[in-house]
Amino acid sequence: MNALKYLGLALFYVGGTSLLVIVFPHSLPAFLAFQSSLLLLYYLPLSPRLRVSLAFVVLAFLMPLIGSINGYYLEIAIQVGIFVALALGLNIVVGMAGLLDLGYVAFFAVGAYLWAIFGSSQANEFIPSSWIQFPLAPSWFFVFLLLGVVAGACTGFILGLPVLRLRGDYLAIVTLGFGEVIRVLANNLDKPINLTNGPKGITPIQRPPLFFQPLLEDLGFSISTPALYSLYFYFLVLLVVTAVITATRRLDHSPIGRAWEAIREDELAAASMGVPLIRMKLLAFATGASFAGIVGVIFSAKQYFINPESFTFMESIGVLAMVILGGMGSIPGAILGATIVTVLNLEVLKGLSLWLNTLRNSGLVLSLPFVGDYALSQLPAQLEPAKYERLVFGIIIVIMVIFRPQGIWPARRRLGKVGRT
Amino acid sequence: MEFALTLFPQVLVDGLVLGFMYALIALGYTMVYGVLQFINFAHSEIFVTGAFVGVEILLGFQSAGVLAGIPSWVLLPILVIAGMTASGFLAVVVERIAYRPLRNAPRLVPLLSAIGVSFVLQDAIRFMESIWRNAFYLTYPPLQGLDRRIQIGSTFDISVKSLVVIGSSILMLAALSFLVNKTKMGRAIRAVAQDPQTASLMGVDVNQVVSLTFLIGGAMGGAAGVLFGIQYTLISPYTGFIPGIKAFTAAVLGGIGNIPGAMVGGLVLGLLESFSASYLSLLTGGAFGAEYKDIFSFLILILILILRPKGLLGEVVGEKA
Amino acid sequence: MACKRGHALAGVLRCGILLAALAVPSLVWAQTRPVIKIVSQSPLSGEQAALGEQVKLGAQLAVDELKKNIEAMGFKVEFVPYDDQAKPDVGVANAKNMVADPDVLVVVGHFNSGVALPASEVYKDADLTMISPANTNPKITDRGYKNVNRVCGRDDVQGPVGAQFAAKDLKVRSVYVIHDKTLYGQGVADAFLGEAKKLGLKVLGYEGTEEKANFDPIINPMRAKAPDLVYFGGIYNQGGILLKQMRDKGMKAIFLGPDGLDSSETVKIAGKAAVGSYYTTVAGPPSAYPESASFVKRFKAKFGKDPESFSMYSYDSAAVGIRAVEIAIADAKGKKPTRAQVSAAVRKIKNFQGITGTITFDSQGDPVKSKYFVLKFMEEKYPGTIVKTLELGAPQVKKG
Repeated sequence: MNALKYLGLALFYVGGTSLLVIVFPHSLPAFLAFQSSLLLLYYLPLSPRLRVSLAFVVLAFLMPLIGSINGYYLEIAIQVGIFVALALGLNIVVGMAGLLDLGYVAFFAVGAYLWAIFGSSQANEFIPSSWIQFPLAPSWFFVFLLLGVVAGACTGFILGLPVLRLRGDYLAIVTLGFGEVIRVLANNLDKPINLTNGPKGITPIQRPPLFFQPLLEDLGFSISTPALYSLYFYFLVLLVVTAVITATRRLDHSPIGRAWEAIREDELAAASMGVPLIRMKLLAFATGASFAGIVGVIFSAKQYFINPESFTFMESIGVLAMVILGGMGSIPGAILGATIVTVLNLEVLKGLSLWLNTLRNSGLVLSLPFVGDYALSQLPAQLEPAKYERLVFGIIIVIMVIFRPQGIWPARRRLGKVGRT
Repeated sequence: MEFALTLFPQVLVDGLVLGFMYALIALGYTMVYGVLQFINFAHSEIFVTGAFVGVEILLGFQSAGVLAGIPSWVLLPILVIAGMTASGFLAVVVERIAYRPLRNAPRLVPLLSAIGVSFVLQDAIRFMESIWRNAFYLTYPPLQGLDRRIQIGSTFDISVKSLVVIGSSILMLAALSFLVNKTKMGRAIRAVAQDPQTASLMGVDVNQVVSLTFLIGGAMGGAAGVLFGIQYTLISPYTGFIPGIKAFTAAVLGGIGNIPGAMVGGLVLGLLESFSASYLSLLTGGAFGAEYKDIFSFLILILILILRPKGLLGEVVGEKA
Repeated sequence: MACKRGHALAGVLRCGILLAALAVPSLVWAQTRPVIKIVSQSPLSGEQAALGEQVKLGAQLAVDELKKNIEAMGFKVEFVPYDDQAKPDVGVANAKNMVADPDVLVVVGHFNSGVALPASEVYKDADLTMISPANTNPKITDRGYKNVNRVCGRDDVQGPVGAQFAAKDLKVRSVYVIHDKTLYGQGVADAFLGEAKKLGLKVLGYEGTEEKANFDPIINPMRAKAPDLVYFGGIYNQGGILLKQMRDKGMKAIFLGPDGLDSSETVKIAGKAAVGSYYTTVAGPPSAYPESASFVKRFKAKFGKDPESFSMYSYDSAAVGIRAVEIAIADAKGKKPTRAQVSAAVRKIKNFQGITGTITFDSQGDPVKSKYFVLKFMEEKYPGTIVKTLELGAPQVKKG
């Protein structure tokens, strides 16, 4: 009986909020309410199968529907997906194995540049055209998705090999340095050999083939190509995120996951229990990096243009903030953290700034006690919340580590362990 | 080759100036690390705070119209002391709020907090400057006397301010080593660095010593900030990041926790950077330019950590409580 | 555990209801008159916020001053400033947001070509008009998109103008080129370099640097090679300080840079060292146009600070956009025009009198004729004095 009641509640909430978004396609709160319906699904005491199928309906049908009404929401969903995959990757390194990596975005850059170079005419610069002509055909994109995984893992392995012997905090600084090295290399390898085209970046980058377009047309759907690409990327990201979640869960529950945890909690004890430290750390590094590699490939195809500006230290810190916020080592935590930070940054802070702007333009005059009349048009532009992304990241990190180090959504196995002195 | 030789003395002096700057900043990292085994990531912002305090005082004097009237030997100590005070106290406050509650947490947790503080401080400085002066970049006004250059030979000269930077760095480093090695206060710091529990049993107030360490390290950072501003003149709220990372590299290079080590590390790094930036393009026929100097520093950091993790002079850190 | 879960559940529900309640007022706000939105997109946060702010304010002033005509036709005009944070992914997300809002008809932006390139792909898909006040990168218009325009000149003209000036007017023999390793700086420096080589100037060095404070290692080899002229491709924050440190080190070489130096900040940062230096730009100083003197006054009255050249470009971009909307409304017989109508109208505008000159777009979206100025800082004051004015068209991409 109870189960039915909860199912009803879930259906009502999901249905209600999606209706709200459809009726008010430009209302941010409505979309936020819709987004929170996934959270509700997770919390409701439903049977796992029901929960998964409801989530599937929301993600695979309602979200694309809403996205085709307001393309911006689809873009947000794609970016959230990209960051979820990144946060899950970093979560393996930082959260599960306890290795602080401050240059994680480097692996993302490797994946992105991999497809950018071969999926555009850039590769002609250093590969003789008598061998092969670039850009490669769009269908190579799928091969490069796999290559992105391999390239990410290899880079993680190569970096990890020398540095994983270091103590934790040294490791943090070295990875930070590595992240900068990759960015500076990307910015400078336009000579002597033009590998990355330097700061000018690479464009146009091939997009994956729309092999199903004729089929859709036969079925009577006529969707414009740009909208189709957005939907395409959405489903691609959704697929990759699902794969990443599955992989992470499997790893978490395997002996490898337990070995990582042992290393995180006490390296010495883990080593004496026979955990091969270096091999396990390398594995964590390479796995985390491979996730970044694959989303990097998607990112460059979606962006159409990339240059080194997308791969700065700020991005690494952003992903780290997501992992800490959600709860280190926790898979739902990383997902939640990535969603909250991305939504905060893209929607909420921006929305507030725009709202302040409309207030300013409204010519409203507040009469405040003691201060007298205050015209809202005088609100200084410096106060706009969108300007304080760093501040917000910083405050999130500090407050979380001091007051709730286990994150909003702690890893179940970690419960009760943190805070131990 | 001849061309490379004519450059040499100038590159050497510039490298020394940069090296002393790194050494001063590195002291903040090294002292805190020596006592708490913790990388104070926010130290770069504490350094920038010093630079901003310096420029605000100068601009204040300038708008009051008295700047030209103050001789630089009076002005310089005022600036440096103000910068040291502000940065020292900021460091203590940061420690009290963001690090002390985490004293017993796992190692990485305070580092994360420090990264957060670093971001908060960057934006806080930016916020204040944008409200107060509506500016992002601030420039140190030209200072009489300090900008003068002494010509030695046709391709080599040295400015008075470079000499001042070198001189005051040596002075401060000497004062610091006296403080740490010869005074009672210094003994307490060393005791806590070696073993905080035993030190507290011996009647040392550990919290006080930690605050003191942050005060001294922050003050050194503040002094470095003011000198940085005087030497290179342009500062922004985000100026600290790269010098901060370099200074940390210097601290590790010399052996973290080791005060003479920070100095040696700073000088080595400063010289390496100066030489690599000036000569790389020359040596490789333009294939690799000055832009690789940062990569150079990071590669050195990685190599040192792998080959000689205790640094050139050996690290001096106690055991983690 | 169950209790905790119940707690969180209640929390989510409560939040959801609150958000839903917040959503409803947007119905109440619904306008009776159809709304037309002119938006700007530029970095309003981060290191380039000062310049991005100028872009925003220029466009805002234009909308406030010029919206009367459109409002008289029965529409409500709104100005919405977006912050792209100088980040490509944020710029693209914003672009999708604009495209999703059918009221948005004109985008004034961006500041960074690195953001404009990916974002304009989004505008292109929706045929949303973009008029750029500051993107001088050739690729912006070379792609030949119908909706992408700019009112400013191009790097591949501005760089050569500098080289021509150096070789023919200043009669220098040797140059040393420095750039800031950005899309903009390296682009214009490369264009300068190419032309300089063609003109037979001796290139003594070519370096890129991201350094923001300490230019000693760059200056040392440069000083030893003693070039007649140093060209800096980049923005004032580096250019000003490089110039100052060069002079500090006793370098006498002439200093020349592109419109990245066209800012009062150059003088603020370089101080006395700025005197005697040259910069090329596409927007003349107020003295060049009677129109811009009054603009400076209006700008200052409204925002309480001095405008810089980017705000003039931005004013013109928005003004052209507004004119295009007016034409498009007429084309649509008084109804709200489609985006395609607006972007077609932009190209139809002939000899629009802007502050920065007369604007007509060619088939690529470049101005048919742009003025290029060479200015010199005669004293420690911004702007400099015009020493040369040229009027040039944009190089056309070969078709086929």
